[in-house]
Amino acid sequence: MALDFSQIIPALPGLADGMALTLKLLVMAVGGGVVLGTLLALARLSDNALLSRLAKWYVNYFRSIPLLLVISWFYLVVPMVLSWITGDLTPVGAFTSCLVAFVMFEAAYFSEIVRAGIQSISRGQINAAYALGMTYSQAMRLVILPQAFRKMMPLLLQQSIILFQDTSLVYAVGLMDFLNTARSKGDVVGLPHEFLLFAGAVYFVISFGASQCVKRLQKRLAV
Amino acid sequence: MNYHWDWGIFFKSTGVGSEIYLNWFVSGLGWTIAVALAGWIIALALGSVLGVMRTLPGKLLPAIATAYVELFRNVPLLVQLFIWYFLVPDLLPTPLEMWFKQGISPATSAYLSVVVCLGLFTAARVCEQVRTGIQALPRGQNNAALAMGFSTAQTYRFVLLPQAFRIIIPPLTSEFLNIFKNSSVASLIGLMELLAQTKQVAEFSANIFEAFTLATLIYFVLNMSLMGFMSWVEKRVRIPGMMGGSK
Repeated sequence: MALDFSQIIPALPGLADGMALTLKLLVMAVGGGVVLGTLLALARLSDNALLSRLAKWYVNYFRSIPLLLVISWFYLVVPMVLSWITGDLTPVGAFTSCLVAFVMFEAAYFSEIVRAGIQSISRGQINAAYALGMTYSQAMRLVILPQAFRKMMPLLLQQSIILFQDTSLVYAVGLMDFLNTARSKGDVVGLPHEFLLFAGAVYFVISFGASQCVKRLQKRLAV
Repeated sequence: MNYHWDWGIFFKSTGVGSEIYLNWFVSGLGWTIAVALAGWIIALALGSVLGVMRTLPGKLLPAIATAYVELFRNVPLLVQLFIWYFLVPDLLPTPLEMWFKQGISPATSAYLSVVVCLGLFTAARVCEQVRTGIQALPRGQNNAALAMGFSTAQTYRFVLLPQAFRIIIPPLTSEFLNIFKNSSVASLIGLMELLAQTKQVAEFSANIFEAFTLATLIYFVLNMSLMGFMSWVEKRVRIPGMMGGSK
């Protein structure tokens, strides 16, 4: 089988659009996932038993089902729920439902990282913050979380690299991300193998490069 | 919008033969388990070999294992699956290609692709765990074995691996659970495993909520029972006197 990669060059602008969608989804999902994950971690560590248990259930629930199931769930369910709330059929694009699915799913994973990060900060820090007259939210915001995030930055980035690869699963609902664009472009010109290999190579270069950077960062941050 | 709730849907006829919807879930679960277990055997065998290679002295073997891990960890699972399902068959020798494309049923060819894909994908992760397990052992274990006149093979066989595998049971458990979850990608190449069956039930019956709720429940229970099973295994093989071993 002879491979012909020449057709990829004219397709590059289209592929770049696909990559833009992938990256947009990634950045928004990481942002939302970290925020929700941090809230979950705070809930999990709170003195309120009910709140703590709810957060635990949430994490266990999302960690025991496949991401693809969550994506399919939200693709079908988010529009329905929205139409119940607003009363009329609001069209929600595949992008929004995928984004919601990723944020909810990844929050479970991010929250475990954040929780470990918070727990790695010594108790003296929060006691000192209280002694200075700070409230709980001030102590968390100004003292604990900045230190915790610094410590867990490598893990958060590593998880984001995994998420970058997982965004390709939006193929299931037909969203034109990088992989899906490459597949459809490849089919159009009759060179599916070349485009698939090219897509794989691009994913590899980005993931590998990013994880090497994370490794270096980890060494620099190491105490 | 009117949604017609019906939790009894699972016991209603699908209209295909004499099957009820529950039969579809059961058959889907069967495929999911068949994919995951076969993939796990490949992953465990290959991952162990690669993990050992990464800890061996010399340059070449560790380098090969490292390259394998980097390659399989940095390409998305779905891309790997498409490569195994769409691309690799075209690279096979003609008789084998014809057999794959025409000699076997579409379900079998999809099954083979998914099993190979998940097996090799998970092997990279198992390799890292095995390597970590071996490296976590005190150096003295290796040195003592060599001083006793063990060959390298004997050292691994009798001293290092039996201990390393016990240490890594918890992380291996999560890889074992992951392979069950990851097997859902098989639905994207048309294998009727649990997720694909769920979608089909949702389409046929229009009872989307009920179908997906049951699927979620099945995955949840499967996950919990596997976790329970693995912690039972962990307790059985625990070394007395080690951390967590003393009761």
